[in-house]
Amino acid sequence: MSEFFSAAALVTTIGAGIRYATSYLYAAIGETFGQRSGVLNLGVDGIMLLGAFGAYYVVLKTGDLWLALFVAAVVGLIMGLAMAFASVTLQAEQGISGIGFYLFGLGMSDLLFQKLVGTPLPISGFPELHIPWLSDLPIVGELLFSHSLLVYGAFLLVPIGTYVLNNTTIGLKIRSAGENPAAVDTLGVSVARVRYGTVMFGSMLAAIGGAALTTELGIFQQNLTAGQGFIAVALVYFGAWKPVGVMYGALLYGLVTSVVSQLKTLGIIPRSVSDLASMLPAVITILALVIAVQRERQPAALTKPYERGG
Amino acid sequence: MKRLSTTGILVLVFALVAAACGSGGTTTTAASGTTGASTEPFKVAMVAPSAVTDLAFSQSMYDALLAVQQEMGGESAMEIAYSDNLFVVDDAAAAIRDYADEGYDLVIAHGSQFGSSLQEIAPNYPDTSFAWGTAGETYGQPNIFAYEAASEEGGYVEGVMAAALSTSGVLGVIGPIEVGDAARYVNGFKAGAEAQSSTIDIKVNYTGSFSDTALAATAANTEIAAGADVLTGTAQMVTGAIGVAKGDNIPWFGTQADQTQLAPSIVVASQVYHWEVVIRQIIDLMNQGTMGAQSFVINLANGGEAIAYNPDYALPDDVKQLAVDTIKGISDGSINPPRPAAGS
Repeated sequence: MSEFFSAAALVTTIGAGIRYATSYLYAAIGETFGQRSGVLNLGVDGIMLLGAFGAYYVVLKTGDLWLALFVAAVVGLIMGLAMAFASVTLQAEQGISGIGFYLFGLGMSDLLFQKLVGTPLPISGFPELHIPWLSDLPIVGELLFSHSLLVYGAFLLVPIGTYVLNNTTIGLKIRSAGENPAAVDTLGVSVARVRYGTVMFGSMLAAIGGAALTTELGIFQQNLTAGQGFIAVALVYFGAWKPVGVMYGALLYGLVTSVVSQLKTLGIIPRSVSDLASMLPAVITILALVIAVQRERQPAALTKPYERGG
Repeated sequence: MKRLSTTGILVLVFALVAAACGSGGTTTTAASGTTGASTEPFKVAMVAPSAVTDLAFSQSMYDALLAVQQEMGGESAMEIAYSDNLFVVDDAAAAIRDYADEGYDLVIAHGSQFGSSLQEIAPNYPDTSFAWGTAGETYGQPNIFAYEAASEEGGYVEGVMAAALSTSGVLGVIGPIEVGDAARYVNGFKAGAEAQSSTIDIKVNYTGSFSDTALAATAANTEIAAGADVLTGTAQMVTGAIGVAKGDNIPWFGTQADQTQLAPSIVVASQVYHWEVVIRQIIDLMNQGTMGAQSFVINLANGGEAIAYNPDYALPDDVKQLAVDTIKGISDGSINPPRPAAGS
């Protein structure tokens, strides 16, 4: 047990947890914007997969990581446009159409991978960003300041997202569209336009989350996300539709996952219960979710299509 | 009603697109009758849970079929069809039935999860031979062959090499779930390492998933933190762990297929399966009129398993010699890796 509490083991465990949380955080912050405006996007996982493949393919062919991020963002925007068309314009039942988008992303990303690449080939991702002085600090430097740019980007989205939602006019419009779309409409603000914007922005972040995953791992393969997008949707509920809460959820999930992995590696969790222990992150998230949902109220118009005069 | 119909159309469209591109590809790689000969080619179909280009389990069988096809004289002598990415057992069962209906001589269900489907399907097609693995069970059916890999043998050899290469005395192993082929490989690796060094510390982490690449990467990180300076792992999700090993310049031992191309700088060697040893025997038996009821094991002695060294990795000569001696010892029976208990 003492092995687990050594400085090196703790730093690695927490560092791995932070990295593991990154792709969840991108997707969940994006989903927060969509849900705050009243749209549930269950297609996040499929959009992450398409973004991941787009980024992977660009890096494989050109080695240009920035171009890869740009392509992932465009893929996300296009998928978001399609999702918004289904849920806002066509007013499709959001849960069902979201599952459709997930299946589309899962199948299409694999099809493109099989046809364009075929066999898993490695790529190089963003290097660790060395921040003068901070990265050199003992323990703290290794823990918090030895990550790639995309990790910092994900955590930077938290204060930015909080500020935009709470302190700007567009944030007010987003929140209002999710709480009382009819009132927003009477003020001359297009509910549809607001929702198109949030769904497209959210999908863009989901695709960038997929890009973060594939570049961090240095590989793409079928179903790379392994359901991360669905956990991201749960994290939005866990975080009570607030970016800071979502970040806590993502960190909790990432840290529990890496702690369980570390305990297994050190043999502290016996192999006989190893498979049960693998479920622990999900179980803890579900428990926290149950508590959080009882405590907080979801946006009043979430999943409800808005029809003028309807 | 308007909303309902819109939703219905959307679901239908996406379901069709997803079904078309998500539930596995089906391919046939031969144009039968191209030689104009009157004899029909031998027709083999394969159903696989992951892509035939996965650098792991599915690819090992597909490569074997291509090798046998080449030996038999090419596409005019042997026709190969496959459906891959059939991780849903029901979809795989439907594909197995389709191939049997289409008159394939041999249908290979390449996954231990397909056994019970085969048990149901095979009696309905007495003129078709079926093969499945990795398993040793033919269910008493006259038209089912079974095959498995003694992966503990290659695991043992790699364990010996890993222990010899390690300077920290700690090795890391990443597995999916402690069953079947993965458990055999991991147990063999451990036994080999312990035989080489009595003080070696082996950290085994079964992640609980065959497909979660990010989790495998996390497991690799934790093992390196625990002092591991040589890593190995089995199943298709290890690509994530190989990425971590590459980043930290940690030597890696592969299994199921040659994984050198994933990280040429750190892959030391891979245990490679040559299922053609089994395919050849099955075809010979079928030509003699035996349709099934036999099981096969590939191992180092019969050439069904081999260690593929990465030519770009500077493996010390003495470590290479250790591997050669261990392979010889296992092949002649003087070294005995741990075998799975009967029925497990």
